[in-house]
Amino acid sequence: MAAAMAEAGKQRTGRVRELSLHILDVLENALEAGATRVELSIIEDPEMDKLTIDVQDNGRGMDAEATRRALDPFFTTRTTRHVGLGLPLFAAAARRCDGDLTLESVPGQGTRVRATFRHNHLDRAPLGNLTDSLLAFLLSERGEIELRYRHLANSRTFQFDTAAIQAELGEVPLSHPQAREWLYEYIAEGEAELRGPADHRPPMGGDYA
Amino acid sequence: MGRLTIGPPWEGIMPKLKSLEDLQKIREQAQRDLKVRTETGTKIIVGMGTCGIAAGARETMHAILAEVQNQNIDVNVTTVGCIGMCSKEPLVDIEQAGKPRITYCNVHPDMVPRLIEEHLLKGQVVEEWAMGRVSAAGIGQG
Repeated sequence: MAAAMAEAGKQRTGRVRELSLHILDVLENALEAGATRVELSIIEDPEMDKLTIDVQDNGRGMDAEATRRALDPFFTTRTTRHVGLGLPLFAAAARRCDGDLTLESVPGQGTRVRATFRHNHLDRAPLGNLTDSLLAFLLSERGEIELRYRHLANSRTFQFDTAAIQAELGEVPLSHPQAREWLYEYIAEGEAELRGPADHRPPMGGDYA
Repeated sequence: MGRLTIGPPWEGIMPKLKSLEDLQKIREQAQRDLKVRTETGTKIIVGMGTCGIAAGARETMHAILAEVQNQNIDVNVTTVGCIGMCSKEPLVDIEQAGKPRITYCNVHPDMVPRLIEEHLLKGQVVEEWAMGRVSAAGIGQG
């Protein structure tokens, strides 16, 4: 079933879905759960052949039954549509790459989604455009949300906390056009630096993206 | 819920072109014209639920951000969750002070330049792409 849904997802977008879209989906779930703070870590470790994506939020959380059902493609808490699809597709993508997706949730405390992949697996989709995903999340209308972001790759770390950025901006929101443009370029530059110049690339000439 | 542990020492990346000090300038500038902005504000809202993301809403948002930056148009761009019209995603709402809010459906990146040009710059609703409008009088079909 999960494989069939993944196939449907592939057809819908016409290509293998980049992982940053799954990340955006999980971040959007956090917003819908009323979270005010989210921590996102992406750790790329080609030597250990592992990619880990970890998202923790402080939203309203789910009980054990809802947590179990959240991985069922035909379950959703929404009332506007009758299927969920988000998390099950992400789980299917991880399992296709000899990884897994775990979901832990505590009512009133928050939810943690952790997906692992074999980094060098042939079927592993690229991370894709993380900058666009982070922006789409940070520009949400659904209230102020803090994001602590860490991306480790190529023996480097790019990290930021929007709480520190917001402190500098004061009452000016992140969605203010100039703040938004600054943020976009800041994240895009950090992500590009993470990839590094050619001489920092792995000997195989592989791409960490 | 445990915390992640990180093994080897990782070199920190600090963007050089963009510094936190820039934010001070943005803050000062923004405070000066905050009043003007809220009174004449234009808002573009992109649906970013699971359905929107699957239909390409993130790419649509990217196209919008790029176009308003290129054209140097002052506009707030925000995202919302699923509003229940999944088959019409990506959904883009345009709201301008004193005008009805227009919902455009199935907005793909290649449609964005025309949308910005006609709706924002010329002030003409692109009727063929508009789905509905919300005015003080309520919801009507466009």
